[in-house]
Amino acid sequence: MSSSTVAMPPTHYLNNGLTLKSWLFTKDHKRIALLYLVAVTFFFMVGAAFAVAIRLELATPAGDLLSDENYNRVFTMHGVMMVFFFLIPAVPAILGNFLIPLQIGAKDLAFPKLNLLSFYIYFVGSLFTMYSIVSGGLDTGWTFYTPFSTVASTSAVVPAALGIFINGFSGILTGLNFIVTIHKMRAPGMTWFRLPLFVWAHYATSLIQVLGTPVLAITIVLVAAERIFGFGLFNPAVGGDPVLFQHLFWFYSHPAVYIMILPAMGIISELVAASARKQVFGYTFVAFASIGIAVIGFLVWGHHMFVSGESVYAALVFSVLSFIVAVPSAVKVFNWIATMYRGSVSWETPMFYVAGFIGLFAIGGLTGLFLASMGLDVHLTDTYFIVAHFHYVMVGGTIMGYLGGIHFWWPKITGRMYNDLLGRVSAVVIFVGFNLTFFPQFVVGYLGMPRRYHAYPEEFQVLNVLSSAGASVLAVGYLMPLFYLAYSLKYGEIAGDNPFGAVGLEWNTTSPPPTENFKTTPVVTWEAYEYPTPVEGHVV
Amino acid sequence: MADHSQHHIVPKSTYYLIFTALMLGTGLTWWIATIDLGAMNNVIMLSIAVTKATLVILFFMHVKYSPKLTGTVIIGAVFWLLIMLVMTMNDYFTRDWLHFG
Repeated sequence: MSSSTVAMPPTHYLNNGLTLKSWLFTKDHKRIALLYLVAVTFFFMVGAAFAVAIRLELATPAGDLLSDENYNRVFTMHGVMMVFFFLIPAVPAILGNFLIPLQIGAKDLAFPKLNLLSFYIYFVGSLFTMYSIVSGGLDTGWTFYTPFSTVASTSAVVPAALGIFINGFSGILTGLNFIVTIHKMRAPGMTWFRLPLFVWAHYATSLIQVLGTPVLAITIVLVAAERIFGFGLFNPAVGGDPVLFQHLFWFYSHPAVYIMILPAMGIISELVAASARKQVFGYTFVAFASIGIAVIGFLVWGHHMFVSGESVYAALVFSVLSFIVAVPSAVKVFNWIATMYRGSVSWETPMFYVAGFIGLFAIGGLTGLFLASMGLDVHLTDTYFIVAHFHYVMVGGTIMGYLGGIHFWWPKITGRMYNDLLGRVSAVVIFVGFNLTFFPQFVVGYLGMPRRYHAYPEEFQVLNVLSSAGASVLAVGYLMPLFYLAYSLKYGEIAGDNPFGAVGLEWNTTSPPPTENFKTTPVVTWEAYEYPTPVEGHVV
Repeated sequence: MADHSQHHIVPKSTYYLIFTALMLGTGLTWWIATIDLGAMNNVIMLSIAVTKATLVILFFMHVKYSPKLTGTVIIGAVFWLLIMLVMTMNDYFTRDWLHFG
């Protein structure tokens, strides 16, 4: 660990205004990122509370804790809170917001007021969805499948849908802000192929947000229209087509998985390079792999509908395309490993999370190939195998990347270090807890246990108890950073400007950075990840 | 930004002309709906709708007078819409093609 400064800078974005108003009406991207951090962490806790209820219910075969109807509401709200209010915004809205201007040498995002508006749109959307919890809950599953959601469900579909509709605009505006910022606000010399891969990943993510989210928004409006006015859009009893809903929903919601995982992959690229002290192997391939995932990711949604009455021909096309989207993902994984090869890998906390990410994402990605195979998918659809697969990708992948990023940039965000030993322990606890929770679900799903039931045959109990026990370990792993990071805010060692000796513009300013990010506009004269010259002489 | 110097002032007459064209399109759509042309009804009405949308994008949204990048973004968005429509129709139009078992 090395640091060019051992004292906190006298003025920085955290002490530039200490009133509540200065935070709630801030236009500083770094402060807005922290507003998101608080809000997103809160919704993670809400989603996690529902997960606790699910795993407690499934500890025994009988449906003895929750009624079947309440169980439907609990797993639905778990999915809604985690997907729309935690996983999708987590990395872009927190780390993307904080880092993109810093990494490209800009003072802020292109539209600072729009950035603050995005946060409040997210906040208002969350209020509507939270209202649905206390006004009867939602029992449709996070997928809102029709015609159940439009005709049969007696739960609070409209407020929840309205909340998700509103929240979607937050993502669209954030994506728009990132695209314009990356195009227009790069520092002199910061060419496209000198951009950090974290920025490339967010550029690809933003394209998905801007192009895909409006489709979800209008689909949700159509659900509400059919539910309120009885339009015959998706209800076959009045001439509608439920499969049409699935096409529209998954056109957004499959790429949404890439909204979650691409930014996490961007984090991993940064962390691997910094930990191995090497240029990322095949930088251009990794950059274009992000764009490739974003584009091909829009062509695979039909693999969610192999058993929904989709034509066999269309299913074949979607199956082949689903196999193809694995290629750019694999390019990234192999390139990260090649980056580590013969690198001077330092095993500090961020690298532990990198290892966890690669392990969990590899399992999640490879089991995705199982599900892209039409024949196997027929057997596995709507079983716990699916649940395990998407948790390995969306939770194992995204949260490992997110936490790795939080640990890597925490010194930059707060100016203080956390306890590295506790950080490494938390990464290991999460990895072990995660596998204990979700690996048994692959087995129990393959054996035929369907998802979304509160009771199950007794022969599945051992695997379910293992899963519930794992969830307890996982909870400990997730709670640990909350405590030691909070502790570090007051008692942590002063980090210095560049505690990890990393390259990148964000490490060429103080920790925490000043409100305007850089004292003078940086001029970039070096290539991305130009190790081993980590600290000196980069900013002219 | 450099684009401010190229800001194009559209004469009011152009807006009135486009507005009239849009109203005529609406009237034409209504009139076509009263005539039974079979499957062609939808084709004609959607064609009118696409024409109206194009007029709005070009003139009311100023894309006709904007830099090429703006046009490229619009074409990209329309292309993405086409992806959704084509791949969805790829399902609906092929339901009878292949059967196993």
